[in-house]
Amino acid sequence: MSNKLILNGVSKSFGTNQVLKDVSLSISAGEVISFIGASGSGKTTLLRCINLLEQIDNGSIHLDDVEITKLGVDANPIRRRIGIVFQSFNLFPHMSVRKNITLALTEVLGKTADEASSIASTLLTRFGLSDKIDSYPDRLSGGQQQRVAIARALALNPEVLLLDEITSALDPELVGEVLDVVRELKGSGITLLLATHEMGFAKEISDRVCFLADGTVAELGSAEQIFTAPTDARTQQFLQRVISAGRLRG
Amino acid sequence: MVFLVPRMPRWDRVKKSFFDWDRLTDSFPHLLRAFVLDIKIFAWTTPAILIVAILIAIARSTRNPALFPVRIFVIAYTDIMRGVPVILWIYLVGFGVPGIGMDRPWNSPLIWGSVALGMTYSAYVAEVFRAGIESVHESQRAAARSLGLSSSQTMRHVILPQAIRRVVPPLMNDMVSLQKDVALVSLIGPIEILRQAGIDKAKFANFTPFIGAALIFLAITIPLTRFTDYLLTRERDRTGASKVR
Ligand SMILES: Nc1ncnc2c1ncn2[C@@H]1O[C@H](COP(=O)(O)OP(=O)(O)OP(=O)(O)O)[C@@H](O)[C@H]1O
Ligand SMILES: [Mg+2]
Repeated sequence: MSNKLILNGVSKSFGTNQVLKDVSLSISAGEVISFIGASGSGKTTLLRCINLLEQIDNGSIHLDDVEITKLGVDANPIRRRIGIVFQSFNLFPHMSVRKNITLALTEVLGKTADEASSIASTLLTRFGLSDKIDSYPDRLSGGQQQRVAIARALALNPEVLLLDEITSALDPELVGEVLDVVRELKGSGITLLLATHEMGFAKEISDRVCFLADGTVAELGSAEQIFTAPTDARTQQFLQRVISAGRLRG
Repeated sequence: MVFLVPRMPRWDRVKKSFFDWDRLTDSFPHLLRAFVLDIKIFAWTTPAILIVAILIAIARSTRNPALFPVRIFVIAYTDIMRGVPVILWIYLVGFGVPGIGMDRPWNSPLIWGSVALGMTYSAYVAEVFRAGIESVHESQRAAARSLGLSSSQTMRHVILPQAIRRVVPPLMNDMVSLQKDVALVSLIGPIEILRQAGIDKAKFANFTPFIGAALIFLAITIPLTRFTDYLLTRERDRTGASKVR
């Protein structure tokens, strides 16, 4: 399999706080990789750097062997190919669900309103939200909002999708419906990077799991290996705490 | 007040010189005719103010380092415009610019008085828009940019619509004061309602025309304020979550 994304010695600081320290990774096309680690370990920052929402200080990121972090590269066409879904949904509250999804299709990809609308309704039907197309985000449950946010990101047909703790802001009974959508995405050819605290889900869905500690890759391996036989002491400790907190089932 | 005022010793005289029904009906037609000019000034300054103010607010909110000089310029503009009383700008621009000897109609104090009014108000209104733009959470910008929208598309489709909705009440406040400050243009010549009331006052030796003018202003500004409230409530009902009891 070819490499979809390559991170080479990526570093990022906020002021004097170095959040990412020399992170290097290769991710294959169609792979599902989960980033786990304590709060503040740099998961969100890593995903935002890949989406070019943050500028990295050192190192490089390559998409299909083309460096996207080079100075002067236009970020907009790259961002179309790398979607991101946020923990807090970030839907546009002044737009209907339909408009949330069609905005980038018409403005960025130049599709007609009709084409865009039919893409929106196909995606919403797929996620069981076809009756919500003309609703406004505030009238939807958290789970519904997050599924709309996923639909919005998928509408651009991205090659890579970054999911940043997409179930953390949800009530437990709504987590399942969002995770079902992610399960459905696996195997569709899209490359998935997820930051998550849902260890059971990470174990189930991931090809590989990356354990981040203090902005470095402490351990990287298959889901099976990381969860059953972690070698790094920090990984062991972290999983121990997670298990005693009851967040790793199955 | 309602109870005490009529019991004051000189109430009868005040009543006669401020609340004389015949004088009111005599001057009302003049006042209404003069008020048309107020409405005209209001009507042509408002769109100009809104457009200039949005442009200033966008210029101030831009993060493009190349536009740094523009930002400095608009900051200076808003500071200077807001730092001097409106009436002074009306005198300076309204008398000053026609004084440089332009041909008709460009030497009219009416035009330059309105321009001065528009310039000062655009600076105030720009601050309102800027507060609105800054109140839109950074995560909205992140969401828009992550979809590949450029920064100007993000401003136009995501930031501005939310910002404008939020600033409608303070904006309407400014519009209501503009509606009233239009009368200041009369101080450099044009006969609008306030000046007409002054003329009628002198003619009748009675202050009632000013009461007439006040009533006419209220007839415009109160419905304007109520209408804004209605629009806001409707917008909130359409997009908002259900109300908490
Ligand atoms: N915009 C920012 N400015 C300054 N510091 C930041 C910023 N964003 C993140 N940080 C800091 O970077 C560090 C890593 O944050 P990050 O959000 O990437 O962690 P995380 O692994 O996603 O944590 P969590 O599991 O709580 O979401 C934290 O110490 C945080 O305070
Ligand atoms: Mg995070």
